[in-house]
This record gives sequence, C-alpha cells and structure tokens, in this order.
Amino acid sequence: MAYADASHSAHHDTDHSQPPTGIKRWLFATNHKDIGTMYLVFSLTMFFVGGSMAMLIRAELFHPGLQLFDPVFFNQLTTNHGLVMIFGAVMPAFVGLANWMIPLQIGAPDMALPRMNNLSFWILPFAFMLLLGSLFVPGGGNAGGWTMYPPLSLQAGDCFPMLIFAVHLMGASSIMGAINVIVTIMNMRAPGMDLMKMPLFSWSWLVTAYLLIAVMPVLAGAVTMLLMDHYFGTSFFNPAGGGDPVMFEHIFWFFGHPEVYIMILPAFGIISEILPTFSRKPLFGATSMIYAIASIGFLSFIVWGHHMFADGMPVAAQLFYMMTTMLIAVPTGVKIFNWTATMWRGSLSFEPPMLFALAFLFLFSIGGFSGLMLAIVPADFQYNQTYFVVAHFHYVLVPGSVFAIMGAVYYWLPKWTGHMYNMTLATTHFWLSAIFVNVLFFPQHFLGLAGMPRRIPDYAVQFTDWNMVSSIGGFCFGLSQILFIIVIVQCVRGGKKATAKVWEGTQPTGLEWTIPSPPPFHTFVTAPDIK
Amino acid sequence: MSVTRGDVDDSTSRPQAFWARGLCLVLSATGLAATAGANTSNGINLPLGVTSLSRMMYGLHMEVFWVCVVIAVLVFGVMIYALVKFRHSQGAIPDTTMLHSTKVEIIWTIVPIIILVALAIPAARGILFMEDMRDAQLSIRVTGYQWKWQYQYMGEAEGISFFSTLAQSSNFARQLHSGIDPKTVPNYLLDVDKPLVIPSGTKVRILLTSQDVIHAWWVPDFGAKRSAIPGFVNEIWFTVDPGKEGIYRGQCAALCGRDHGFMPIVVDVLTPADFKKWVEQQKAAVKQAAAHTGTEPRTAQLLPQTSN
Repeated sequence: MAYADASHSAHHDTDHSQPPTGIKRWLFATNHKDIGTMYLVFSLTMFFVGGSMAMLIRAELFHPGLQLFDPVFFNQLTTNHGLVMIFGAVMPAFVGLANWMIPLQIGAPDMALPRMNNLSFWILPFAFMLLLGSLFVPGGGNAGGWTMYPPLSLQAGDCFPMLIFAVHLMGASSIMGAINVIVTIMNMRAPGMDLMKMPLFSWSWLVTAYLLIAVMPVLAGAVTMLLMDHYFGTSFFNPAGGGDPVMFEHIFWFFGHPEVYIMILPAFGIISEILPTFSRKPLFGATSMIYAIASIGFLSFIVWGHHMFADGMPVAAQLFYMMTTMLIAVPTGVKIFNWTATMWRGSLSFEPPMLFALAFLFLFSIGGFSGLMLAIVPADFQYNQTYFVVAHFHYVLVPGSVFAIMGAVYYWLPKWTGHMYNMTLATTHFWLSAIFVNVLFFPQHFLGLAGMPRRIPDYAVQFTDWNMVSSIGGFCFGLSQILFIIVIVQCVRGGKKATAKVWEGTQPTGLEWTIPSPPPFHTFVTAPDIK
Repeated sequence: MSVTRGDVDDSTSRPQAFWARGLCLVLSATGLAATAGANTSNGINLPLGVTSLSRMMYGLHMEVFWVCVVIAVLVFGVMIYALVKFRHSQGAIPDTTMLHSTKVEIIWTIVPIIILVALAIPAARGILFMEDMRDAQLSIRVTGYQWKWQYQYMGEAEGISFFSTLAQSSNFARQLHSGIDPKTVPNYLLDVDKPLVIPSGTKVRILLTSQDVIHAWWVPDFGAKRSAIPGFVNEIWFTVDPGKEGIYRGQCAALCGRDHGFMPIVVDVLTPADFKKWVEQQKAAVKQAAAHTGTEPRTAQLLPQTSN
C-alpha cells in the first residue's frame, strides 16, 4: 500500500501539476480551468458567427424591398441566428464561467466528473458543425424559425435531420454539464462552505442546472417526434393523420420557458457578485436573493402557455398563464430592489465590470417591463409575433445575459490571466455597446407597436425610418464587439500584475479571491480552511 | 372617413415627419403628450383602432405602460441617486452593516403583488370580453394557405368565396433586384387583389383555420389576431364602429415559410346598406359563373377537409 501511494503521488507530481503541452492539453483536457477556457472561446466564436448573421439580417432590413437575399435565405438567417446565439453563444458562455468559477468559489479541486466534462465540451464543436453545415446542403438550411414549429419545420429538406441531431448533441452536452455542476456543488464544497454561505453565482448555477436536467430531455423528445413525423410516417403533429401541431408548441415551450431562465439566472448570479464588489459592501438580502432565484426557477415551469395566447386557449388557461406570468415579476422585483439596496450607502466605483452590471440593471429592467406588458393577455394579442416581442427578448438577452457575461469576463479576467486589462479600452467597449444596443433594439418597440410583424424580410414603407435606425445601431454594436476581442487578447498576452484580490472592494464570499492570480493549474488540492 | 395605413405612408417617409415623430417620442416619454391621436398607429404606438376590442386592448396597453413608467421613474430614480450620491471618488464610506431588513423586504414583495392584482383585474375582464363569441351577425370562414388567404362567407352571404393575394404592383416590386422603389408603390406589401368586405356596426365572427402550415390573421386596427392552425378552428370577433367605414390593413403574423411577409390582409368596411348591395352583386356574379359552367356552386365542397 505504501508503495502504491508513493508511486501515485510521484505520478501525480510529474503528470498533473503542469498541463500537458500542445493539442493534447485541449483534446484530453480534464482540468476545469482549461475546459472553462475552451467553452468561453467557443462561445465567443459563436457570438461572432451568430452576430454576423444578425448583421446580414439588419442589412437586408435597412431598406424596404429585397436588396440582398431571397426570403428563404433570410428565414435561414433568422432561424440559425437564434439557434447559434442561444445554444452556441449564451449557454456555453455560462457553462464556461461555471467550469472556471464554481470549483474556485466553493473550494473544490476540480469539477466532480472531469472526463464527462471533457466530453460535454467536445460534443459542441460537432453539434455546431452539423448545424452550420446544414446551411450548405442542397436546398439550404432550416428556415422554420428557431422554435421549429411544425408543419412548417417539416417542409425542410436534407438540413432537417442535421438540425435535429445538432439539437440532440447540444442537449446531451447541456445535461452532462448540468449533472457536473450539481454533483460538484452537492459533494465537493470545502468544509464549512454551507449552502447558505455559497456565493450567489454558484447558487444561481445550481438552480439553472436543475432546470437544464428537467427540460433538455423534453426538447430532445419534441425534436425526435419531429424527426419521426418527417421520416418515419408518424403523425404526432400532423393533423391529416390525427396529430396536433399545437401539442408541439406546448412541448416546445415547456422546454422553452425554463430555457429563458437558464439564460438569465446565471446572469443574476454574476450581477450579485459584481455589484457588492464595486459598492464595497456585502450583497443586501443574500438569503432572499437565493429564495428569489429558486422561486423564479419554479415559476418558470408553469408559465409556458404565455407564448401561445394567440393560438387559441380556453379562458381559464389564459387567466392561469397570465397570473403566473405576472407573478414572476415579484421575485424579479425583489432581486432588482436588493441590488439597488446593495448600492445604497455603498462606495461606488465604475470599473468595466460594474459598468456592465449597471447597464444590466437598467436595461434588463426595461426588458422586464415589456415582459409585464406582454403578460397582459388582451394587449398581448396586439404585441404577439411583432417586433415588440423581438425588442423584449433582445433586451433581456443582449443587455441582459450578454452584458452579464461580458461583465463576468471583465470581472474575472485578471483572476484567470493574472494580468489587468486595458481599462480605457474596456470602458470604451462598454460605452459603445451600451449606447448602440439601445439604438439597435429600442426602436424595435415602436416598429412592433406600429404593426410590423417579426420574421419578415421586407416591410411596408412606413416602417423604414426605425428599421434604418435599428440597422445602424446593429452595425455599430457589432463593430464595437471587436474591442472586446482586442482587450481579451491583450490581457492574455500581458499587462499589469493582478493581485489575488484583483479589485479593491472585493467582498470575499467566494474562495476565488483567496488564491493567487492566475491560479495554479491545480487549486484546492487540500481543502481550504473556512472560518 | 377612410383611415388607412397607406394614407400614413407618404407623410411618414419625409424627413420632417421623422423628426416630428422623434419629438413626439421625447414628449411622450416625458408624459407631456398623448401618443395616440388617430385611429391608426402613429408609427410608435399601438393604434386606438376602430372596434371596442382594439380600444380595450389599447386601454390596457396604455395602463400597463404608465404603471411601468411610474415604477421605472421611481426605481431608476433611486438607482441614479445612489450612483451620484455614493461615489467612491467623492469619498463615500460604505455602510457594511446594511445586510438585510425583513421589514423592507416584506414591503417590496407585497407592494408589487398589489400592483399586479390591480393590473390583472381589468385584464381578466378584457379576456372575458374578447372571448364572448355570442350573437355574431356575420360569420366568415378564413383559411390560410402558403401564401394567400381564402374568405368564405356563411349565412346570408353563403356562396361568396374567394382568394385574396398580394397585389400585382407590390408583387413586382418585392422581387429580389426588382429595381422598383417600394416608395413608389401605393400601399407597398399591404395591398391585395381582392379585399375582405364586411359591414360596419355588425358583429363579425371569423372562423380561422389553415390548409398547410400555421399562419396568423391580424388586423391591428380591429384588435383581431389569432393563429390559423391546420386541424383547428379558432374564433375571433369584432364590430367595426359605425361611421368608421374604410380600408384597413394587416399582415400574416406567424412565420409560414418563404412568402410569410407577402400575404397581407385588407378589409374593406362598408355601411350595412352598401354591404348588402355588394353581397347581391357577388351572388349575381357567382350565379352567372355557374350558368356559364353549368354547375351549381357548392360551397360545402370548397370547405377544407379539416373542418369539424
């Protein structure tokens, strides 16, 4: 036994304390930091792929009339923009942050299941090769919207099974990632790191992981039924065979609504980390924040019908979905008020992560307000399927989730690289993003209210002005993101040394601030001591 | 009075109109001006519309909008005050003892609930009003196709049935690289070859279905939108106010494939007397056509298989 132990530790020292070099380091990665980095790089790549599609969409919509593409290609762009941004950009970014930060925050040596972690990342490039490859098969890509409603989605050709398998792969990847997060948090917290002491980012991810496990299989089931309908003669959703297209919508949104919260709860966690740091004051009402996250997670399962009011629904169902949807405003309000109270009587400074968090606070609230408006069923009939909805969900996803992700990157980048980044450039990136995201999306509220349906490649001439404004905002927003890459690359290459605490006002709830910047390849090999 | 989307088009594409609307936006944001004057949309807000339904929707929309504005002013006000007042650069000292307050937390949980209940009650009343299909005086079966609408009249106007597709002028202009400036096309993308004709002051019930994929029939000025789903019949109703006769325009509101953006809806609202004349004309035309072909029109055969 003694011999075995000795050889094991010798092996440990030689092979694992330093990362393997070259491509092997990444292909066979089991280290949570490396896998986290790969997730984040992948997500940034997809952010630019999906963003380029958005630029093309905005270019076609710059003028009325069709100048650039056939409507079919336009529909392929909107469909794939949605899929790439949701499954390729936002979700992997959060998983990447979870990989990097959860073990560091809770004092775990790594994720609980490192090989599965490797698998769940390496599935993704294949999933997206299938998805993006589907744009180049005969007949073109999927053009039925990211929601894949049948019967329209079933009219697709060879691209269709590629989409279905891509969704299956993304789902498998997400489920594995979620299992890893839950097992890590439940089993690998350092002694003394009680659940109620756990940092909010880890908490938000715990709830998110349960949502993922609950709903990704539902999506997999829904798309499998689509596949069967298309190729194996079943009639799940085909009315001519006794099927029901509305059933797809129910199943899809039973996945789709929790999915919305999968993309925002980790953002709530991030904001709850950043605001206290730059207010130099602990988070106000940390316990009620945790309860708010958990109740939002629960409510997200019982509101899916609000996506489908216009599809015809019994009065009782309309009332139920309206009230449960409105109820979500209560815990969300609690979060906003707690964040405001965190800043109250604080000592605020405005470094880039704080700027992104503040923009989140204001602009996510605007998305929340339009969400409340959309919950009012009779008014929803006028908003549904218009640009008002497009404005709403882009407000919660871009200055919501995406700004939170950027804030998180600016917050933890010095921790990851050991270097401070160029604050001026990052601040410029923030201001350009914050201004142009509003130029891009705010006019879309007007377009929707004035009657412009979403998902159209061409529009009546009275919608010209605001579409132009929106497109100009879109191009400028897109170009501004190049600064993000410059800041990150510069920071990875070098810069002023970052301290372990990184920020002056760091509120040490998470253990990531107790280790050096950059952290050694292996952290918390022996459990840290928490008072 | 004929209030049409098209009438608004020409004025709003001028730069002055653009700035005027910008000003209107600023004013409305500061609560100094009402955002809706005309029945149709002013380009930044919902239309007041010409039915009791659209007015109810507009009322709820403005109500929840102003509630949001008031909350936003209060919450953003507090945030901005904190941003200005508690700045590190101004030597603010953080109060690290401020961790939580059960009292405040209960207040900011209860107050939103009260506001939400206050919003939900009129909204629930609106739902009941909207879903009351009783006593319809005219029923029209509307079927969505890729990419056109079919209108089949029922009851007294039984036998009148036609398709409504994008007008030729728009169809030419909307082709890729057509070289035709859409601004020169009257009611670009919002014009059809044959509009739906209905009488004013009459409760019209639309029975909505589809023959292929999911479409949605939407006329904003009527507050009428519902999905047309194959295998389902959805209902909507509306009564256009007497005196508001004219042309009203809308579009398909559910992604339905290649030409989703090119299957508009145009409704010509006539006075009941004019509508009666129109029905007689149409019936005579149907009869004449039948005489030519030697068959009686049999509407039942035209109904899609999916009827139930």
